[in-house]
Amino acid sequence: MTENTKESLNKKILEETERWINTTVAQSLKKVPERKRNFKTLSNIPVKALYTPVDIGNLDYFDDLGFPGEYPYLRGAQATSYRARFWTMRQFAGLGTAKETNQRFKYLIQNGQTGLSVAFHLPTIYGYESGSPMSAGEIGKEGVAIDTLADMEVVFDGIDLSKISTSMTINAPASILLAMYIAVGEKKGVPMEKLTGTIQNDILKEYQAQKSYIFPPEPSMRLIVDTIEFCTNHVPKWNTISISGYHIREAGSTAVQELAFTLANGFAYVEAGMARGLNVDDFAPRLSFFFNAHNNFFEEIAKYRAARRIWARHMKEIYHAKDPRSWRLRFHTQTAGVSLTAQEPYNNIIRVTLQALAAVLGGTQSLHTNSFDEALALPSEEAVKIALRTQQIIAHESGAADVIDPLGGSYYVEWLTNQMEAEAEKYFEHIKKLGNGSMLQGAYVGIKNNFYQREIANASYQYQKEIETKELVQVSVNEFKIEEELDKKPEILKISEHVAEKQIQNLQKVKSERDNARAQECLQTLREKAKTNENLMPYILDAVKAYCSVGEIVDVFREVFGVYREDSIF
Amino acid sequence: MERKIRLIVAKPGLDGHDRGAKVIARGLRDAGFEVIYTGLHQTPDDIVQSVIQEDPDALLLSILSGAHPVLFPEITKKLHENGVDDVLVLGGGIIPEEDVPALKEAGVSEVFGPGTKIQEIADYIRANLKR
Amino acid sequence: MQMQYSDDLIQSYIDLIKQKEDSVKKKRALARLITLIENGGPEIAQKIIPQIYNLTGHAKIIGITGAPGSGKSTLTSQIADHYLEQGLKVSVIAVDPTSPFSGGALLGDRIRMKKNFTNPRFFIRSMANRGQLGGLAMATKDVIHVLDAYHSDIIIIETVGVGQSEIDIFKSAHTTLVITPPGLGDEIQAIKAGLMEITDIFVVNKMDRDGADKRVAELQTMLDFAENIEIKNDQTQAKVVRCDGWRPPVIKTNGVTGENVPLLLENIKKHQEFLNQTGFIKKRLQFRYKHYIVEILKYFLVKNVEEIVFTNEKINEFIEKILSHEQGADPYSISGAIMEIFRDRYFS
Ligand SMILES: Nc1nc2c(ncn2[C@@H]2O[C@H](COP(=O)(O)OP(=O)(O)O)[C@@H](O)[C@H]2O)c(=O)[nH]1
Ligand SMILES: [Mg+2]
Repeated sequence: MTENTKESLNKKILEETERWINTTVAQSLKKVPERKRNFKTLSNIPVKALYTPVDIGNLDYFDDLGFPGEYPYLRGAQATSYRARFWTMRQFAGLGTAKETNQRFKYLIQNGQTGLSVAFHLPTIYGYESGSPMSAGEIGKEGVAIDTLADMEVVFDGIDLSKISTSMTINAPASILLAMYIAVGEKKGVPMEKLTGTIQNDILKEYQAQKSYIFPPEPSMRLIVDTIEFCTNHVPKWNTISISGYHIREAGSTAVQELAFTLANGFAYVEAGMARGLNVDDFAPRLSFFFNAHNNFFEEIAKYRAARRIWARHMKEIYHAKDPRSWRLRFHTQTAGVSLTAQEPYNNIIRVTLQALAAVLGGTQSLHTNSFDEALALPSEEAVKIALRTQQIIAHESGAADVIDPLGGSYYVEWLTNQMEAEAEKYFEHIKKLGNGSMLQGAYVGIKNNFYQREIANASYQYQKEIETKELVQVSVNEFKIEEELDKKPEILKISEHVAEKQIQNLQKVKSERDNARAQECLQTLREKAKTNENLMPYILDAVKAYCSVGEIVDVFREVFGVYREDSIF
Repeated sequence: MERKIRLIVAKPGLDGHDRGAKVIARGLRDAGFEVIYTGLHQTPDDIVQSVIQEDPDALLLSILSGAHPVLFPEITKKLHENGVDDVLVLGGGIIPEEDVPALKEAGVSEVFGPGTKIQEIADYIRANLKR
Repeated sequence: MQMQYSDDLIQSYIDLIKQKEDSVKKKRALARLITLIENGGPEIAQKIIPQIYNLTGHAKIIGITGAPGSGKSTLTSQIADHYLEQGLKVSVIAVDPTSPFSGGALLGDRIRMKKNFTNPRFFIRSMANRGQLGGLAMATKDVIHVLDAYHSDIIIIETVGVGQSEIDIFKSAHTTLVITPPGLGDEIQAIKAGLMEITDIFVVNKMDRDGADKRVAELQTMLDFAENIEIKNDQTQAKVVRCDGWRPPVIKTNGVTGENVPLLLENIKKHQEFLNQTGFIKKRLQFRYKHYIVEILKYFLVKNVEEIVFTNEKINEFIEKILSHEQGADPYSISGAIMEIFRDRYFS
């Protein structure tokens, strides 16, 4: 089609659309008006009744869409997508003691799960020993209690680390848990070059959203770059950061904010790595992403597609990466925890299904589906199984995985993808301005000024208000409520308080049996090295092998780096 | 003129999920309450000190990590030990229903789960003030 | 839903705060007295202040004002730290604005002072300004007296930093700090009208930001200029307490790291020594109590006048005159005549 014929075609479509609105639609509306005055996505992007080729008139197929596995990766990160291999079905697990987690892992592997995902309890996440007063009530609650290498050995007992990839949801002390994993591998005879997996290691979003930070941003970033550098040289198959929008969204952001802040954080890490003197193509291919799958079906799909194109463009054009693997954004997805309701919890199975389908249509590399009982408590085994089955049904029964990017070319989805990219670019501009041209500095400044925190809090407050005014409907929460109690309450999982006692005893035992002089020596070396610019990974590795606890190592860092305190946004 | 009602919204324990606490703090402000937000990672002692000094009508605690069976009773116990018996204590977060009786036994007046409307909480506070 | 408190109960709180030994009970009694004053106003305060007044006069009162976000709370926390380290007893009142729409308020200053939450010698109270009309200015004066009687060594008052409150603080404080970080507008206009006159010390907080030195220079120029002119049109009556011979120092600080806070403290000390040595302190106190009394009188006069006008039979004679359009009997002339009677009776 020449430009001329395209133009005249578009003109015709515009005219015809107008005609259609004034005649056919107008007549219909006289009989039944529209349900709402304004239709919009969860990011407040207004949506029209109908999209036509005119709405994506400026798209250039080759520049803007391209082919799967090729720049700009809009249509998919891999050439074959799910026709070769399904996404990795990765369910987050980790509960109570190391032993219980080990059993849950074995159960999941038996049921066909292809990747492990470890959740840690909060004391590990904040670098407190289980015996610390700060750990009261938290031991083994939201994940597995790991104090020392001894616990880690139990978690992976009988599991072949050369056959499985492991994702660890850990941030401030990520370097320490990675070191433990490497040490476990070594004991099992799997060298670190062969280990595959991911540490979340994304501290920026902690300050912005999830709040499990320990040290101030700058030393935290140093630890991250240490792990990037170390893995680039020694653990080449390891994904060094999982840059996470998931928690930003869970904290109440919109889809656009999730997209924009996450990618901006990604650029910040790239700048930090380059500032260390690393070649961008040596580490960028190992960066991966982690997004949320929330309720607005098409907006979510557009978000994943836009993310791939934005990353590719920036990496190529701004950071001058040469290796196509640096341009290619790969991501894990988890369905939205916040969207689950405590009312009529079985409805959550359907919510999760739709969210998971959006992730698959958006081309995710791996997926965690939430268990329907998570708004009530920790997931039970039965609920975890249903969650996994949800993925298997989408994969094997729905046919959704048989065509690559099946929504590509949809007038609406392509338009929305463009829209989200444009909105994200506005945020990038702002963050860059905060940092005088640097996304890394912009991230620091935005965090300290509460820019992100305020944006997110405003969005979540608006969301809550819309729920309360029923502008947004939550089935069985603000509409279609049945007053009488359902008899059928799901079985839920409880972590007994005995876990705490047992864990504290275990830790004491490990500490009394270790070579304490060696442990203290390792901590002292770490303390000294922390004050220099040297890469800390080798010294952390020594310390964990000497059975120093996460708490002890983090205490050393607290002493040297200081602790971060958040301001109120109010 | 109706007396102003003062509240403290606090997050004990380690979990950093403060979306709910912040939304509620703001919502209750917009419902006419004076809300003191003390933020994340508060120990029971911090919270008890805030209550003593700020003398609120109600204390709203939010926990999503499952630490509530330990931390809520710890806080109510310490309040009681310090002679604070006229402050309404409310809980929120992810709290399994079967934990609620024990929490009420320990002095938590009501527990609000996810999906509770702010108006509901506001009404409850107005109706159940202890002074 | 009004709280009912018997005089006995109020008495027991007063007795508690008078105790020398610090205790949780004493802190609670203090907190409860503040609540009573906040909610009950002068009606309650008149039962409390007379009983504790003779215990007051010890505390050093520091007022901190400046636009929202200038770093008042952060700095307050730093200043409190230093005094606490010196073994002093520190009390803070932190005021935040009431929402004009809902009448509610979000009080977030406490979060900045986390570090000292559990120090027994520290006390922080968050207050909403209740839209000025709520009489915060007066309640603040009452609460300061209660904190003073509680044996606080230092009382820090953080204002909301908007409107009249910003200016009014100097009527209560010994030393008034005005915080003006760089970047809140390039111009000297960042210093609001009226602020210049009430400042004892200028604090250029956020010294880590660009423009801090420029802000210092601007302030110095302004001070040079101000020394040579007479203050006209002085709405605040600050002239009365302007101390000749005290040129407000300009101190750069970093609220986050605490840099230069010791220097700030030194200057606060210098200012207080200056007040004492020159005897200006007396002038300030006279001024302070005049204002206090004006506010108390306003409250009770209004109340009395209303009572008298509506219940006293004699007033009816005046009203009759107005209604019959008698010569010289309009509402203004009649009110003037009534004022005469008051004045003759009380102040001649
Ligand atoms: N860069 C910088 N930020 C500061 C400084 N002092 C305070 N802040 C920040 O400024 C913001 C507002 O501080 P806050 O004490 O709440 O101000 P207030 O509204 O005047 O009480 C907070 O984010 C502080 O961390 C400083 O010296 N330098
Ligand atoms: Mg403040």
